[in-house]
Amino acid sequence: MQTLRLMLLTKEPPLADSKLSEATPAEATETVTEHTVEHGTTTGISNNKLLMWAFLGSECLLFGALISTYLLYKERFNDFAANLAPFEQDGRNIGPRFGGEDGEGVFDIPFTSISSFILLGSSLTMVLALSAIRRSEYRSFRIWTLTTAALGSVFIAGQIYEFTEFVEKGLGYSTNIFGSAFFTLTGFHGVHVSIGIVMLLATYIMHKQGRLNSDKAETVEIVGLYWHFVDVVWILIFTIVYLFPQ
Amino acid sequence: MAITEDRPLALEAGAVTKVAARPLGALTRPQSDVGWASWFTTVDHKKIGIMYGVGSLFFFLFGGVEALMIRIQLAAPDGQFLSESLYNQVFTMHGVTMVFLVIMPMAAAFANYLLPLQVGARDVAFPRLNAFSFWCWLAGAIFLNTSWFLGGAPAGGWFAYAPNTSVTFAPGSGMDFYAIGLQIVGIASLVSAINLIVTVLNMRAPGMSLLKMPVLTWMLLVTQFLLLFAVPVITIALFLLTFDRSFGANFFNVEQGGSPLLWQHLFWIFGHPEVYILILPAFGIISEVIPTFSRKPIFGYPFMVGSGIAIGFMGWGVWAHHMFVSGVGEISVAAFSLSTMFIAVPTGVKILNWLATMWGGRLRFNTPMLFACGVIAMFTIGGLSGVTHAVAPSDTQQTDTYYIVAHFHYVIFGGSLLGMFSGFYFWWPKVFGYKLSEKWGKINFWLMLIGFNMTFGPMHVLGLQGMARRHQSYAKEDGFGFWNGIVSAGAFVIAFGTLAFLINIWLSARSAKRNPVEVGPDPWDARSLEWSTASPTPVHNFDVEPTVEFQDDWWHRKWGENEEGKIVRKAYPADIAQDGSATDVHLPSPSYWPLVLSLSLPVIGYSVIYTFWLMIPAGALFLAGFLGWALEPADDPEAAHGHADHGHDDDHDADASADAADEGASVG
Repeated sequence: MQTLRLMLLTKEPPLADSKLSEATPAEATETVTEHTVEHGTTTGISNNKLLMWAFLGSECLLFGALISTYLLYKERFNDFAANLAPFEQDGRNIGPRFGGEDGEGVFDIPFTSISSFILLGSSLTMVLALSAIRRSEYRSFRIWTLTTAALGSVFIAGQIYEFTEFVEKGLGYSTNIFGSAFFTLTGFHGVHVSIGIVMLLATYIMHKQGRLNSDKAETVEIVGLYWHFVDVVWILIFTIVYLFPQ
Repeated sequence: MAITEDRPLALEAGAVTKVAARPLGALTRPQSDVGWASWFTTVDHKKIGIMYGVGSLFFFLFGGVEALMIRIQLAAPDGQFLSESLYNQVFTMHGVTMVFLVIMPMAAAFANYLLPLQVGARDVAFPRLNAFSFWCWLAGAIFLNTSWFLGGAPAGGWFAYAPNTSVTFAPGSGMDFYAIGLQIVGIASLVSAINLIVTVLNMRAPGMSLLKMPVLTWMLLVTQFLLLFAVPVITIALFLLTFDRSFGANFFNVEQGGSPLLWQHLFWIFGHPEVYILILPAFGIISEVIPTFSRKPIFGYPFMVGSGIAIGFMGWGVWAHHMFVSGVGEISVAAFSLSTMFIAVPTGVKILNWLATMWGGRLRFNTPMLFACGVIAMFTIGGLSGVTHAVAPSDTQQTDTYYIVAHFHYVIFGGSLLGMFSGFYFWWPKVFGYKLSEKWGKINFWLMLIGFNMTFGPMHVLGLQGMARRHQSYAKEDGFGFWNGIVSAGAFVIAFGTLAFLINIWLSARSAKRNPVEVGPDPWDARSLEWSTASPTPVHNFDVEPTVEFQDDWWHRKWGENEEGKIVRKAYPADIAQDGSATDVHLPSPSYWPLVLSLSLPVIGYSVIYTFWLMIPAGALFLAGFLGWALEPADDPEAAHGHADHGHDDDHDADASADAADEGASVG
């Protein structure tokens, strides 16, 4: 009720940002019906959730800078590699176009497609976990949380495998600018997925200790926001790095 | 409504809490909020704000000494005071110090202390993250400066253009300290930005809609959004630099096709919003000072707020005017010229609004007002020379000359720093309970203003004569000797001005101790909520959560209109202000963990530079800090509960806050 009272006192829409304003009435209802938000905040969105949204906004620029760097360097690398004389090549031209076993690029698109779909699937299980804890179905919450973490781990394992494959083919981190840009971009994403896995396991442990139940489903929702964000970023990276014409 | 709780109090103002210790690992929950040790564990936004202020003033002296060294070297032709290599280090560290270790934390001091008060909140949204931000900043600042003793400070300019920063051209570890040090300071800024954004958006007192917030709150909010989006860009740039230097990546390796221009783009995409990060807080400060000392509401409040937001947006579209001579192409140059001219418009709106606020007002020229007027005049000069940079052909002529140095000192020193000094004098009685001396304040102001113009005015001339920046010396026949002599003399006048400020603090504190004068809650007849509570601000800020009806609500409670439309006094501040006597206000408990966690970051830095083995203690510190933080409830469960505005569902509340901190930990 505190929230509603504050909202009535606030005559204008609490936020200029349309997305957040749209979320506000839904949040307020949630506050009253589910008691998920205890503190009456001015916007009706809990502090924790607003923190995560702000952080994700910042992350957009982080990945934006990385993706821009990659796009710039892929072009520059192609020019650079095409202009290398044969005696200069010495493995320095290995990249999206040269250096694979069949005379093509290093990418193994079918393999990465599979691991991408595994990561995308984990967004579905994340939603199922949130829905389960909201309905107090704790057994399925545990199953879906662990499944999400497991799918994320499979993705990371696939990434590690891919990296070692590339290194075996001769593309190391310092081989050329493509190697530096590729490993940095996908590596940063991999670290983000790994942090997400830690967060999922933490929610699982907190639940096991009895500190996380349906009245705090919002914590799971916030972890979910992060997880979905990381997935969306991967869709961008997969499209830009692997699927765009090399 | 405030006093509904009869359980024992948590943190009474000025008292030691008597809460049973709950052992948590090796360290028990810190107990006290008084004494020197409490400063290390505090999560109180006011104490953290004061620490930011002290830290930034310390580094201001540090950066000032570096400036004086530069000026001694350049005072006469063929200077011998600094070697070429040392000169490069000194001017680099002067820039880095003044930007990252002085102006930004000084703004953070005002933001921390004032934002919660101005929106009528008890503290920031995440008090422990707030403490973490401060310690993280301090750790980064000290880490950066240890480079002086470890083989030389960074020497590539504060902008650190590639490929000068590569191992080939900068073989020492100075640039590593630059990259990692700024990374740590950046984490502090980012965490603090998120924290303050949530605070302003979510913790406003009832009735305080966005368009009733004070202009300072608005400008600080815009600043935090700029930080939120600008810091990640420099984070990536610094990562790329570190990866190049430490792990053999090729980002700025021209031999392999790497692009030095990428660094310039990334740096200035951060760097230009950074300029507004430096200036907007000062704009906000003088927007509070000028109405108060003109006894008029701010002129055109919506335009004031709107132009601040407009600057925040347009600040993202002008970065390449720093790069007109780097070959970005005619179309880019034309586009960025135009956008740079346009951004002068909202800034001009602000200047006109300040003047219109003063127009017809009953002006009082106390020290805060003098500094505020100084900002308007000096920033206008700096803004006009800025517009000359929007003209690309003219800029091409001026690039890398002292004209540029003159320009940015007029906006950063004449704008930001004078604004901060205005703020120091204005809020000093609120923070410490006594006013700074007017006599010494005026000496401080005039010395600084005269010294400032002596130092940076002639630099316009030197620049137009063709004197290049960043050169360690110049020859007698260049003919720069006369003006350089005046510039160097001016630098020492600024130094005396700063000394006058320190003397003022010392004398005023001493006389306040000897014969205390009650300054009252509202010594300046000011307008915003922080003046409606006692001075110095009680630990719990407000006895009763304020409710807001008007913009400048506090002023409306003191003054009203009679039938003839004349302004008449309704009440005296001492009668209607809160006296800070509430005792049962539940506050967040102090904590060691923000300090422990932030200490791990410089150790990680040394580990990257020197030896991987240091990762072991660094990792241990990090894990200890992280786990300690995550396992410690944000509020001590043994302590009393009872937010003043809540009934008896408090247990629920405390758990929720604990989660807040958990979440913060996993993010931060």
